Formats: sequence, C-alpha cells, structure tokens
Amino acid sequence: MDFFLQQCINGLTLGGFYALIALGYTMVFGVIQLINFAHGEFFAAGGYMGVILLSFCASMGFLETHPLLCLGGSMLLAMGYCAMLAMAVEKIAYMPLRRASRLSMLLSALGMSIFLQNGLMLTQGVYSKSYPTVFTNKVLHLGNVSISYMQIMTLALTAGLLVGLNALVFRTRIGTAMRATAQDKVMSALVGINANRVISMTFAIGAGLAAAAGIMVGMYYGTVRYDMGFVPGIKAFAAAVLGGIGNITGAMLGGLIIGLVEIFAAAYISGEYKDVFAFIILIAMLYFRPTGIMGENVDDTRV
Amino acid sequence: MTPPPILELRDVRSAYGRIEALKGISLAVNPGEIVTIIGANGAGKSTTLMTICGVVPPTAGEVRYDGEVISGRNPDLLPPRGLCQVPEGRRIFPRLTVEENLNMGAFFRKDQDQIARDMEHAFTLFPVLKERRRQRGGTLSGGEQQMLAIARALMSKPRLLLLDEPSLGLAPLIVKRIFEIVKQINQQDGVTILLVEQNANLALQLATRGYVMETGQVVLEDSAANLLKNPEIRKAYLGE
Amino acid sequence: MTLEYKKIFQKWALGLAWFYLLLWPLMGITPDGLSFAPSLKVWATVAAGTAFFLFIWILKQQGRLDFFSRPAISLGRSVGKAVGALPNKLLAVAAIAALCLPPLFAGRYVLDVSINVMIYVCLGLGLNIVVGLCGLLDLGYIAFYGVGAYTYALLSINYAVPFWLCLPVAAGMAAIAGCIIGYPTLRMRGDYLAIVTLGFGEIVRLILNNWMELTNGPNGILGINAPGVWWPNWADGFTLEHIWLKKLPYLYYVILGLALFTILAVHRLNYSRIGRAWEAIREDETAAELMGVNTFRLKLLAYAMGAVFGGLAGAFFAARMRFVSPNSFLFIESAMVLSMVVLGGMASIPGIILGTLALIALPEFFRDFEQYRMLAFGGAMTIMMLFRPKGLWPAKRLGQRSEESQ
Repeated sequence: MDFFLQQCINGLTLGGFYALIALGYTMVFGVIQLINFAHGEFFAAGGYMGVILLSFCASMGFLETHPLLCLGGSMLLAMGYCAMLAMAVEKIAYMPLRRASRLSMLLSALGMSIFLQNGLMLTQGVYSKSYPTVFTNKVLHLGNVSISYMQIMTLALTAGLLVGLNALVFRTRIGTAMRATAQDKVMSALVGINANRVISMTFAIGAGLAAAAGIMVGMYYGTVRYDMGFVPGIKAFAAAVLGGIGNITGAMLGGLIIGLVEIFAAAYISGEYKDVFAFIILIAMLYFRPTGIMGENVDDTRV
Repeated sequence: MTPPPILELRDVRSAYGRIEALKGISLAVNPGEIVTIIGANGAGKSTTLMTICGVVPPTAGEVRYDGEVISGRNPDLLPPRGLCQVPEGRRIFPRLTVEENLNMGAFFRKDQDQIARDMEHAFTLFPVLKERRRQRGGTLSGGEQQMLAIARALMSKPRLLLLDEPSLGLAPLIVKRIFEIVKQINQQDGVTILLVEQNANLALQLATRGYVMETGQVVLEDSAANLLKNPEIRKAYLGE
Repeated sequence: MTLEYKKIFQKWALGLAWFYLLLWPLMGITPDGLSFAPSLKVWATVAAGTAFFLFIWILKQQGRLDFFSRPAISLGRSVGKAVGALPNKLLAVAAIAALCLPPLFAGRYVLDVSINVMIYVCLGLGLNIVVGLCGLLDLGYIAFYGVGAYTYALLSINYAVPFWLCLPVAAGMAAIAGCIIGYPTLRMRGDYLAIVTLGFGEIVRLILNNWMELTNGPNGILGINAPGVWWPNWADGFTLEHIWLKKLPYLYYVILGLALFTILAVHRLNYSRIGRAWEAIREDETAAELMGVNTFRLKLLAYAMGAVFGGLAGAFFAARMRFVSPNSFLFIESAMVLSMVVLGGMASIPGIILGTLALIALPEFFRDFEQYRMLAFGGAMTIMMLFRPKGLWPAKRLGQRSEESQ
C-alpha cells in the first residue's frame, strides 16, 4: 500500500511535467492545426536556461543566500526566453506556411526541431549538464511514504501553472479571443482580433509552460541533455491526444494519466519498457477513440 | 449637396487563385442608407463583402471607407473604425457561449461599462439571446444564430454594417422578424447597411437603393422602388 | 517600392536583434561570468550571411540578375531537350556502365561514400512510396531498415543462412512489420499518422535495445557474414569456389544491383495501376475512395512495399558492416531519409537520388564542419519548405492534397 502511494506521488509529479508540455501541443494544434515538433525543444531549452542561470547564480554566490529568489528569477527568465524562442520559430518557420499544405508545415516543424536540438548541442555541448544542488535533498516522511521538498514544490508549481492557465484561457478576454481564433480565423479577424498576435501569444504561452517543465525536470533529475526534449515531447503529445487534441483540460488530464501509467508500468510490469507504454496508449487511443477521453472537437471536417 | 459616401468601391477586382471573381466592381453607399446587392448564386456578392473587409485581397482598384483607402489593410483593423460584417453562414463561434460571442464582438473596445450597456441593448433587441446567454453558440437554432451574429456585430458599435444573406436557410417568419430588426437598427441606431441577399423581393422592399450583380460585375444600379418595378428584374430575380 | 525595401530591412534588423537576444544567453552566460565576444562572432557571421542573401534576393527582385539567370534557364532547357531526345534505354545503359566503373580505379574512401549513398537511395525510394506516392507521412521508417538488418544478422549468426537467401526473408519480415504497424494506424489521417509511426519506430528500437536474449541489447550483434558467392575457378580445371564478398568493390556491386533493382521497381510501381491509385489517394483520399479505390488496402500495400525496400537495404547494411546495434536505427535516421525525399522532390526518382547525393556526399566535402551537419539539415529542411516545397527536382505529377485545398 505504501509502495502504491509512493508510486502515485511519483506518477503525479511526472504527469505534471507531461501535462505542462502537452498544453503547448494542444494549444498550438487548436489554433493552427499543427503538431509543433519543435515543442520538445522548447522544453529542453527551458531546462538549459535553468541550468545556465542557476549555475551563474551559484558562481556569484547568490544561490546560497537567496535560493528562492534565484529559482523564481531563473524560472521566469527561462520562461520568457522560451516564449521568445517560440515566437521566433513561429514567425520564421510556420507563419509563411500558414496557407501551404499540412505536410509542408509538419516538415518545416521537424526541420526546426532538428535545428534547435543541434543548436543547443553546439552551444552547450554533447554531454549532460548538472544542476547546482539548490535544496539539499530534504525529504518529508509520512509513514513509509517519502516526499522530497523538491517534489512538493514541483507539484505545487505545476498545479499553480495549470490553474493559472485555465483561468487565462477560460476567464479572460484574451483567452476567449484565443478560443475564438481557434474556432474561426476569418470571423475572428472580422470582429477585430489580430490572428497573428493571438497565434504568437499561443506559442509563447505554450513554450513558457514547457520551459517551466524543463527547469523542474532538470532540478528533479539533476541533469539536462541537449536531446532531452525528444522522448518527453512524444509522450506529452500522446497525452495531448489522449485528452483530445485541442482540449486544454484534456491535455492536463492526459498528462497526468500518462505519467501515472508510466510510473506504474515501470514499477509493476517492466522498467525497461516503460517508454513503450505511452506509445501503446497513444496508438490504442487513436485507434479506438480518436477524439480523446474528453471527446469533444476532433473530426475530419475541422480545418 | 449630398454628403460623401461612407463606402465607395472603384473598379475593384479580386481573384481566388487564377479565377477572377470580381471583374471591376464600382459602387457607393451613402450614410444612413440601406443598400442591397442582389444576384444569383456565384455572382460575386459575398466576395464583394469579403473584399471590402480585406479577407480577400483586391488585385486592382480601391476600396474607400470614410474617405480613406482601406484596400490592402488587414481585416482586423476595420471593426475598430466602425466597419463590421455579418458573414454568410453566420459564423458563430460554436464553442463560445452566447455571452462570450457578444463579448468578442466588442473585443477591441475598452469601455467596459458601455459594453455592458450595449449587451443589454442587444438583449432587448433579441430577448431570446438573454435566455440562452450561458449556452454555447453552436447549440442555437439557425434563427437564433443569425440573431446572435447580428447582435455580435452591433456590439462593435458599427457605423456601416455589411450583412451577408441573413435569410439563408431560415423559416419565413424568422426572416421577417430579422428584416424588421435590420430596419430598426438602421432607423433607430442610424447604422448604414449594405445588404447582400438572394431573396431579392424582401431585400428591395427594405432597401433604398439596389445593385444587381452578375458573374462578378454590377449590371444594374437603381433605386429599390425602380428595381422592383423593372420587368427584367422581376423576371430574373422575383420569379415572374 | 522603396517603402517595401524599408520594411524588409526593418524586418531583417528586428530579426537579427531578436536572434541575438536568443543567442546570447546560450553562449554568453557562463559560471565564469558574462561574455559577449563568442556570441557576437556567431551573430556577425549570421548577419553577414543573411545580408548577402538578402542582397541577392533584392537584385533578383529588381531583375538585375536577368542577364545571368535567363541564359542559364534557357541553357538548362535546351540541355534537357537534347537529353530528352535521346532514347531512354540508351541513357540508362550509359548510366549503368558509368556506375560500374568506380571500383576499377576509385579509392577506398570514395567507394565507402558511394556505398552509403546507394544504401540511402534504397531507403529514400522506399520511403518515397509511402510519403511521395501515397502521401502518408512516416516518421518511423528506419524501423524497417532495422528489422531487415536484424533479420539477416540473426539468421546469419544463429543458422549461417546465406545472404542471398536472407534478402527475400528480410524483405518479407519488413513487409510483415509494415503491415503490423500499418494496420492499426492507417485509419488515421495525416498528422496523427506521423506521430504514431514515430512512436512505432521508437518501440522497435526499444525492443531491439531491451530484448537481451535475442538481440544482445545495446551491445549489438557481431560477426555477421558478408555476402558470399560461388565463383568459377579456372585455375585447375573447372571448380566452383565459394568466396566472401568482404572487399569494398564487391560490396559496391552488390549494393549497385540492389539500388538499380529498387529504382526499377519503384519506377514500375510509379507508373502502374497501383501507383496511380496511390497518387489518387495522395491527391484526394475521399474522392479516390468514391471512385472505387480500396484506400485502406492500398495504403497498407504502400506501407508494406516501402518496408520491403527498407528491409533489403537493412540486410545489406548488416552484411556490409558485419555488425548491427540499435544505435544505427535512431529517429534521426528516419528524419534524414525523410529530408532526402523532401529535399530532392517527393515522388520524383531522380529528385530523391539528387537529394541523397546532396545530403550524404556533399557533407563529405565539408568534413571540417562535421558538427554542423545536423544543424544544416534541420535548417535546410525548413528553408526548403519555405522556398521550394516541391524539392530540387520536382515530380511532374504532383497536385495538392485534399485536406489542404479547403
């Protein structure tokens, strides 16, 4: 039972990361119907910005004195950085192709993904970089279940970001404009919404969330690598599909489910094949219920 | 001395790919008028409206609104200047609620109090929308959607409203109701209206002037009363 | 007109400023402090490069390059006409004869590169059936290559089955794998298919990596036999002598044969009834289905056929390297094969050969810049999509896909 609870907590932590990444996929798909292959790279870039900024802080000695400030500042800066990166990628690689074929756009996205990944490798090196240890691994024991402070913080931050995003999309004018653009670009232009700006913003928000996930993953596991975006990227996409792509609440749920499944599969079935399960869920989902668990808005006619 | 036209098209051409849809349209709408464009399917009526709004970029000619050339501008710049369109097929945002749809109509406006008041005004014009304000746009009936589309356009406080086939696919009673409201908007709120309609009879009864379009060209222009009397028009468009 | 240029320059300047903002944190913030020199150096190079291309582009817009490009185009046309006037068979024979020559005088290095090129030609043409002809984006294609390679490796190691017998077996296994992957996925449209095939590709790699008993996991399989032939020996009377084709010139001829077979097969498929049906599916799946094309079965066939050529190339790869490991079948390989197809021109056989040459042989000339290779790949892929989406040598019959025209 304790083991089970422990796995639940680990699964939720991992699922939270996937949820944060999945949101970027789902929002971008909702607005311009593109699978943004480069999204995993935003996640990796976020992880790297975290390591760069925190190492810098550490070498300046700030990390010892103001750990929370450094952490918060690095996270905000990394999110901002990835938002800018995403906007640049969108302007260069996707915007000119908005009227071109889906295949062209997809290939362009793939190209961008390879480009960014190698850009990271060239500037940051092939080997993994380790995070400075911010919080010496203090652990909270509840009976036989142990939660590290890192985990608590990660869970809280993830939850905060998810709630914040929900509020942004469903409660604000700008969020409504985003949904309107996703539903009908021409009409949203006719009521005065600048679609380009909304699309840019969508990319920026998605990348910001991915960057936050990147930093947290980096701190949680201790290291980052230039190709760290690839596998979590696919799994997060699986999560987005699981929740019904284009569906924000669905992506959050999907992320949590994928995270839990992965952890439980690793714990009870096979650790070596844990990566396979996400793909199997993805394939089974697309085969049996392509609209996702929330089942709302995907059909062939949707453009 | 008549005031200058609020909207003027001079020899506007536009194309979808290589196929020319508009072959040189010239027309003018004066402030306070209801002007109608009638014509058969595929005559280019909807394209004309989309070209005015900049959704379809004109390949030649110019569109002037309020004395200023607006052709070649982005469509999202026009609603803030009082030019608004209710497009063909209504194009409600299906997964936004009625209230959110209306709010989107006022997207560019910052005056929250006035927006709230305008929404109340819209609800008095279309009481059914008030009942359904929390419902998603896509779940409304055709007539309700048309009302919502018009109400949404009114939320932007337009001076010139482009209406594309408001009668499309609706029951005659509802069409009648909608035309009454259009008239009311024109007379009470002082909104100039350019109405594209296949139902020529209704449109000409409502309008002050009319243009007849055929295959991307304006073939006839006259007062609505004269057009109604014109035997050729009666034959071609009024089913006699 | 001047206003337009002003706008372009503004955009260019803004883009460069933005680029620096993105570049500097990556290069300039280090634990040792902040530095600007290295990032400025990279930035200046990029700025100069883009300025150069912008300049060329503006000259072209103004028509100042016409004196050069017009004659070039007309020259190209007349050469094309002259070549077209020759009978195709004559050309083919000449090309094959030319291709048979290199082993006679070329060095080891050249042969090595050309063998690589031809392996990728097989892969590119195989993938072309799926992506170019049928319009299905497959991002896990390299899995079939892996299946082919491992089929031969295992048969050779465990049962010493000869290469030539294994070729059809490897092709068959790959085809079966194609059906297994294709069956559940082919109901999906476009984008989903891409990501699912990617997932399948990863699954295959993970299985190869983790099934220790069968595949020896990440350590790979060593000691695979090279292809062997019975060669007549006239030395003392007539005997058939079995020799292993371990040397590069021999391997060159083997892969040349495979590549020619692939080219011929894909060419025939392209112009067959099935090929037309595939193209119909690519152009408009719904319409094709309404016209009586069994889209599901044909898509599955496209998948299986594509896999066959991947499997053949894989078997050869195992025989040539005499070693296989899961690390040869990474996603990046799929992406590379795909970029060959895209760069060269989808559905165009000469285009794909050209694309392969461009992506395999060209980088060999720039060995010093080896580490920038993948960066350039990615960039080139995006740039191709922006400026020349139909590839270097576009196919003649290529329309728009149905989903896009709406």
